[in-house]
Amino acid sequence: MAVTEQQLTTLKDKARRIRIDILKMLTDCGSGHTGGSLSAADIATALYFYKMKYDPKNPGWNGRDHFILSKGHAAPLLYTALAHAGFIETAELCTLRRIGSRLQGHPDSKYLPGVEISTGSLGQGLSVANGLALSHKLDKTSNRVYALLGDGELQEGQVWEAAMTAAHYKLDNLCALVDNNGLQIDGPVEKVMGVEPIADKWRAFGWEVIDIDGHDMAKIVGALDTAETVKGRPTMIVCRTVKGKGSRVFEGKVEFHGTTPSKEELEIAMKELEQAVCK
Amino acid sequence: MRRKYPSSCLAVTASPGHILSVRRGVIVSKVATRDAYGDALVSLGKKRNDVVVLDADLSGSTKTAKFAKVFPDRFFNIGIAEQDMMGTAAGLALGGKLPFVSTFAVFATGRAWEQVRQSICYPNLNVKIVASHAGVTVGEDGGSHQAIEDIAVMRVIPHMTVIVPADGPETLQAIEAVAEYKGPCYVRTGRNKVPTVCGEDYKFQIGKAHIISEGRDAAIIATGIMVAEAMKARDLLKAEGVDAGVINMSTIKPLDAEAVVSAAKRCGAIVTAEEHSIIGGLGGAVAEVLAESFPAPLVRVGVKDTFGTSGEGEGLMKHFGLSAADIATAVKSVLAKKRSTKS
Repeated sequence: MAVTEQQLTTLKDKARRIRIDILKMLTDCGSGHTGGSLSAADIATALYFYKMKYDPKNPGWNGRDHFILSKGHAAPLLYTALAHAGFIETAELCTLRRIGSRLQGHPDSKYLPGVEISTGSLGQGLSVANGLALSHKLDKTSNRVYALLGDGELQEGQVWEAAMTAAHYKLDNLCALVDNNGLQIDGPVEKVMGVEPIADKWRAFGWEVIDIDGHDMAKIVGALDTAETVKGRPTMIVCRTVKGKGSRVFEGKVEFHGTTPSKEELEIAMKELEQAVCK
Repeated sequence: MRRKYPSSCLAVTASPGHILSVRRGVIVSKVATRDAYGDALVSLGKKRNDVVVLDADLSGSTKTAKFAKVFPDRFFNIGIAEQDMMGTAAGLALGGKLPFVSTFAVFATGRAWEQVRQSICYPNLNVKIVASHAGVTVGEDGGSHQAIEDIAVMRVIPHMTVIVPADGPETLQAIEAVAEYKGPCYVRTGRNKVPTVCGEDYKFQIGKAHIISEGRDAAIIATGIMVAEAMKARDLLKAEGVDAGVINMSTIKPLDAEAVVSAAKRCGAIVTAEEHSIIGGLGGAVAEVLAESFPAPLVRVGVKDTFGTSGEGEGLMKHFGLSAADIATAVKSVLAKKRSTKS
């Protein structure tokens, strides 16, 4: 089923509004991860508002697709997506990182329905995704499993252990994505500890690899559709993104990994986002 | 091998293939707790089709191979990738399965400690980690493979239950119990055959100490293979007129604090015995209870903050001060402390 122009326009606008809510939440909270939440907003939008099956009124529905945010620090993105999807009220977003909040600094499955597994310590989510995919293979159920990783996260050895497992067990019900925004805490990824060539590495590990512009909604949607047709191996969609995508205040800036916008910075970003024209 | 034990130590008739029928007081054979685990898995697998098993290229040693033979579709070898294995087990638990995950104790709790913490305990998932080759009796492979810290590093994690069965029959029961229990569990098994110490009518309960004999002068709280050594020590001491009780503390967390305090009240002197460092394991747990609830002289028998070394199992027990004679010496030492605090 090919995506229509109208659907694409709706999805792009959804991503824009998710970016707005992420920034409001982070400014209000004063703590959290801005750059990596913004860079993956288009990916998350495509997953939650185009591809995945779920029921926000029944988060445990056994017919659901699963999303694992392996790069758990992008929790603001996940929470905003869950709010827009109806799992939680948008009003709850301002409780981010407060004592007693369900919106923990990194996703906590104990507290928040819609969060499959607690993440935050990088490199672990893909293994968990494999386990879920294996359980569906055993049950012969057709649920799909999605995992979103960071590019810095690929420095963790466990990711490659999981890559081997997914290929070895032929987990074609699994689709992973890398938010390849090129930056990590201490600087550009290639300067800290180079991970390129990313696509070649995943191919070498036996995965089907699709390499796309991670802000081109048509490409993201197309890649997710293609992934569903791949048989006998898992799919990795390498998404070339810009850290902080959405406003020139944050785009390409290392310092906005774990820093939140000031009120002034938020104002500038809001003007840009509110005026953004859907192409 | 036939060995005569006092009539207070009964051997139990376990599942077929293990201890055969025995006469009171005479143990006919011994069972390795890892073997009992392997058999327990097969039996569990037959009863429950949600049981899945994972291993990291050590299934022949951990004995998960027994399950793999009968249920190949439910067995997942993850290869030499213990961190990935723990995460995969977490995912299987999320998918509604009951995963048992095995490798050597040093790798399960060392290499993959953070994965156990973050992916299993933090989200409080129903994963059962059963690790073999704990302690120095791993033997010839040497210190790199001898886990002497695993109890300590597992018990400190919230939501984790830590169990160290003393013998084959207790292992069988413990595996059934952890399967029923909802939450992360760590069970420690050993490489070598051990005598049966639990009586025929023993019913294992998570969190409940097993009072083998009460004693009057001192109480030896032991776990794992050290329970049998404690019983031998008790007999050595009896010949010298010392009445030492023996408690099989198979659940380290949650510790049966009541049993510890009762023993301290009754005997006034405690010796702990474990095939583990004296830091942070059973000794540490008992010391915590005594210090807060009922201070009493304590001597810990265990590996004295040193790494293991290659050698044959029984020799290593003596080398590291883990034999029955060492426990008996510890009892005399704690009795001296008891006397000096009274005077």
